[in-house]
Amino acid sequence: MADIEREKEIAKGKRAPASYPVPPAGLINALRQEHEGWVSEVTEAFGEVTLVVPREAIAGLCAHLKTAPGFEFDMLSDLTGADRGPEEEPRFEVNYHLFSTKRYHRLRLKVLLNQEDTRVASVTGVWRTANWHERETFDMFGVVFDGHPDLRRILLPDDWQGHALRKDFPLRGYEPYSLT
Amino acid sequence: MGLENFIAEALPDVITTRLDSLVNWARKSSLWPATFGLACCAIEMMATTDSRHDLARFGSEVFRASPRQADVMIVSGRVSRKMAPVLRRIYDQMPEPKWVISMGACATSGGVFDNYAIVQGVDKIVPVDVYIPRCPPRPEMLIHAILMLQEKVMRESMRDRKDVPASEAYEAVPPGTLPATGVSATNAAAAQETPSRPYTIASRHERRRSS
Repeated sequence: MADIEREKEIAKGKRAPASYPVPPAGLINALRQEHEGWVSEVTEAFGEVTLVVPREAIAGLCAHLKTAPGFEFDMLSDLTGADRGPEEEPRFEVNYHLFSTKRYHRLRLKVLLNQEDTRVASVTGVWRTANWHERETFDMFGVVFDGHPDLRRILLPDDWQGHALRKDFPLRGYEPYSLT
Repeated sequence: MGLENFIAEALPDVITTRLDSLVNWARKSSLWPATFGLACCAIEMMATTDSRHDLARFGSEVFRASPRQADVMIVSGRVSRKMAPVLRRIYDQMPEPKWVISMGACATSGGVFDNYAIVQGVDKIVPVDVYIPRCPPRPEMLIHAILMLQEKVMRESMRDRKDVPASEAYEAVPPGTLPATGVSATNAAAAQETPSRPYTIASRHERRRSS
């Protein structure tokens, strides 16, 4: 029933029209043509759009996506990492789930990282919630976020050795029983 | 009122008893728990104190927030490795006589969490008197554990539960030291030298990777 109110406001021009559940394809194509190095791949599956982003471009792209007309991704739903396995190349990925409360569409950004160089720019300046999410990704995977104001462990004890959610970290941990 | 009249007529003026019996009866009838609800078992502990399964009628009248004023520590919930020194510190702050009830499967043996983060049994950290299984245990089971603990208290002797003299206690063990390895926050440097290897028996929940 609230949708009727939304429709009226959209018709009057007071509210941006909703594009649900993903941004229109034309918009993403325009973004790719306008900024060459920002998106390397677009995947669309199950009604979700994923952009694979090179590591250097993530900060600029996120800042653009937050305020650009048509995108307006003002909420970072989730920021998490994944370890594809020691055999994979690239090994780690960092996933950003963006949501727009104004337009109701979602987007996923994926940054792929090699095992040797697990550094990526921090998006704490764009969305404040990334602070703790990046700390968790650092704690569990060892991905270092440049520009993070306070990058330290958040879930595991401060003097823990190793990163727990990597595939080569044993499930039961290390013996003998100790704090580290 | 009526009871006192009955007692005054039935009993002699002076009664003799063993000191242990009297002290143990007093201790068991007023076991005040320290609030140490960590996880889901804490909800069942709260349910034990509500009006349906009233724990207060067995002497646990009030859950003391400060461990200095508590008799029994009911460890209810899973204990993570980050929480383990804190648990030990709270246990050290309790004065003798003190007992520990390990409530639920996670506190008893790690429960369903067979991984790096959860201590596999709180008896690696503190000495436990009564273990309670199940996930989570029914409030009646916690009451049964309190009654079992009361029976254990009745069997004890006062000589077993003496506080260590203050000077000796201060130097012996730094508060928060885990008994299994002697590791504490202050001598963490000593812990670095102990070699660490993965558990030789991998958990059966772990898929073996060819790498």
